[in-house]
Amino acid sequence: MAWKSGAKVMRTEEETQYPMASTSSGLPGTAIPLIRIQEARAWPALKLNELWDFRELIYFLIWRDIKVRYKQTVLGASWAIIQPLFTMLLFSLFFGRLAKVPSDGIPYPLFSFCGLVPWSYFSNALTQASNSLVGNSSLIKKVYFPRLAIPVGKVLSALVDFGLALVLLLGMTFYYHLHPSFRLLWLPLFLLLAMATALGASFWLSALNVRIRDVEQALPFLTQIWLFATPIAYPSSLLSQPWRTLYGINPMVGVVEGFRWALLGAKTTPGPMLAVSCLVAAAMLVSGAFWFRRLEKTFADVL
Amino acid sequence: MSENAIELHKIGKQYHIGSKQSGHKSLQDLVTDALVTPFRRAGKLLRGRATGAADLDQTFWAVRDVSLEVKHGEIVGLVGRNGAGKSTLLKILSRITEPTEGYGEIYGRVGSLLEVGTGFHPELTGRENVFLNGAILGMRKAEIEHKFDEIVAFAEIDKFIDTPVKHYSSGMYVRLAFAVAAHLEPEILLVDEVLSVGDAAFQKKCLGKMSEVSRAGRTVVFISHNMAAVENLCNKGILLEEGRVTFSGAMRQAVDRYLQGVSRPASSSRSHIVDLRETAGRPPNCPPLLRRLELFTDKGSPVNGDLRMGSPLKAYIYFELPEPTSSLGACLGFDSLFGQRIFTAHSLFEPQNVWGERHGEQVFVCEIPSLTLVPGEYKIKVALDIQNAERDFVEDAARLTILESDYYGTGRVPWNGLVVLRHQWQLCAAQETMAYAPEGKNV
Repeated sequence: MAWKSGAKVMRTEEETQYPMASTSSGLPGTAIPLIRIQEARAWPALKLNELWDFRELIYFLIWRDIKVRYKQTVLGASWAIIQPLFTMLLFSLFFGRLAKVPSDGIPYPLFSFCGLVPWSYFSNALTQASNSLVGNSSLIKKVYFPRLAIPVGKVLSALVDFGLALVLLLGMTFYYHLHPSFRLLWLPLFLLLAMATALGASFWLSALNVRIRDVEQALPFLTQIWLFATPIAYPSSLLSQPWRTLYGINPMVGVVEGFRWALLGAKTTPGPMLAVSCLVAAAMLVSGAFWFRRLEKTFADVL
Repeated sequence: MSENAIELHKIGKQYHIGSKQSGHKSLQDLVTDALVTPFRRAGKLLRGRATGAADLDQTFWAVRDVSLEVKHGEIVGLVGRNGAGKSTLLKILSRITEPTEGYGEIYGRVGSLLEVGTGFHPELTGRENVFLNGAILGMRKAEIEHKFDEIVAFAEIDKFIDTPVKHYSSGMYVRLAFAVAAHLEPEILLVDEVLSVGDAAFQKKCLGKMSEVSRAGRTVVFISHNMAAVENLCNKGILLEEGRVTFSGAMRQAVDRYLQGVSRPASSSRSHIVDLRETAGRPPNCPPLLRRLELFTDKGSPVNGDLRMGSPLKAYIYFELPEPTSSLGACLGFDSLFGQRIFTAHSLFEPQNVWGERHGEQVFVCEIPSLTLVPGEYKIKVALDIQNAERDFVEDAARLTILESDYYGTGRVPWNGLVVLRHQWQLCAAQETMAYAPEGKNV
């Protein structure tokens, strides 16, 4: 026994040196943390600081998505443009030419494309993020990290496609001789609103999808309905006042109208409608995050 | 900083399992089920009850009442049968799932390695996957960059590092995945049965890396069904049975307890007298000629299963010879619980083995002056040879537990290897050893 305890002493000596080495390895948080293992409260805290600690993981998840997305496709990243572009052509033909839907005095193709660009972003982000937990089940069952990172990563990685489509949209505004004004500076705000909406909705749906896989089936249907509930093929000015503000309950209404206002100089200022949209999006985001955290503890067991 | 790296207090984890399906269903049943169950499930969900594929009335505890303490720098082996709750416990420790009851505290960063190559993407190249997998396991980008060359060298795939991993052989894939994990440097490392993959040479390398990790003073909790690996690596063992800790202590004892539970036959006895006529360890077509085995140690005191290392052992093998013969022999084999033969005592090895013609009931007496097996549990095989053919034998006739003892008289318990042997050491200056060399070579 004596020899064994001798070995122990040597080990503890090494141990005292060890924390020095570990600080240089630079893992999240340099002080030795205390981790509590316990059943979480019914409504756990969001722990956004932990999410921030794992920002590099989010970065790598985004990077993986982007790297993988168009591998082995012939058209590659041009898919990011093809999708909204062809929808725009169809809309211009059927709604613009045949049904003569009004477009606030803006050329119809530009009018609809300006709605379709943020919309494509939103619907791609929503679809991918809502299926993301099920798609990453092997990760969730084998590694610990803040689960919020997964839908957040998806919503962020969809921005790449949005960026490509936005370039095309800007090109179109030049083609139609619309010169950008300082309103363009507001564009990031509307993009943020779209991201918040996508995040909020996908927090709800992705967590629900773990339990009830019907979500996956219902999702294409849901986005289609949402598309027509958003003024993309038609202007929101078709509605008269109290209803127009109320229309903002669909946060994508605020986004699309905001894009048109900032990029195309549409005469209708979003104003109160935008405020409603922002409020609803914020509510969706916060409630979705808490709901997600509430269901989070069961993910590894149910998946 | 606390002395303990991990403390668990009465941890329990309850799972819901679906109630048993009652046989096959008719098409009609299936259709009605498909129409009715969505509403039933939706109702349940609204009432706040869990829902899933089936009615979830039944529950079971995967882990219950688990309280343990692991000190900093300890290498703990978690052993137990399949379904004993080892993996669940590891998942709780790595915070993948939450306990249903109890609580625990972990002091230090935790790295868990429950699967080799988690998050590997087949379309990405080896290089890309190293970064992705490293990030998933909790490494910083700078850290991965710093260790990248080391990782690639460890995995031995330098030529293919920029090839998508879908083109890798499974061996290359596993090597790369383990290489990333092996360079993880948390204070506490949780490892689940990852050594069961890869070829023998790579397994050996992994074991080497693991013991390197343990020497660096890190705490490791390790699950494996490879008892030799666990025993080799770990200095503390925890045995889980049906979700509860049934043993916690020295690794060797934990392994022995586990193997006893796995392989101990019902008939085996701890008495010094073993009836060999109706034991289970005999092949079916063997006529029982062996009667009895009796074990004694010094001064004729009986051995009831326990024997101190280095003690004498005297075995009496009672048997019956159906016809007169002068060509006969008996054998005692000592097997480890892994099934490895450690030592064979055979009457053929006796220089004066001319017994003359014998008939009827006889006794072979075998005396081992000092049984120098290292502490642990052993199975004794008894065999009887007549006319140079093995006519009867009993596997696992008795179990012998060798206890620790101060064999060398130094106050230290020998710990490694399979046997202890008398040996001497000298320390000489290099010049003097030359003088001991055979004379002829010195010119």
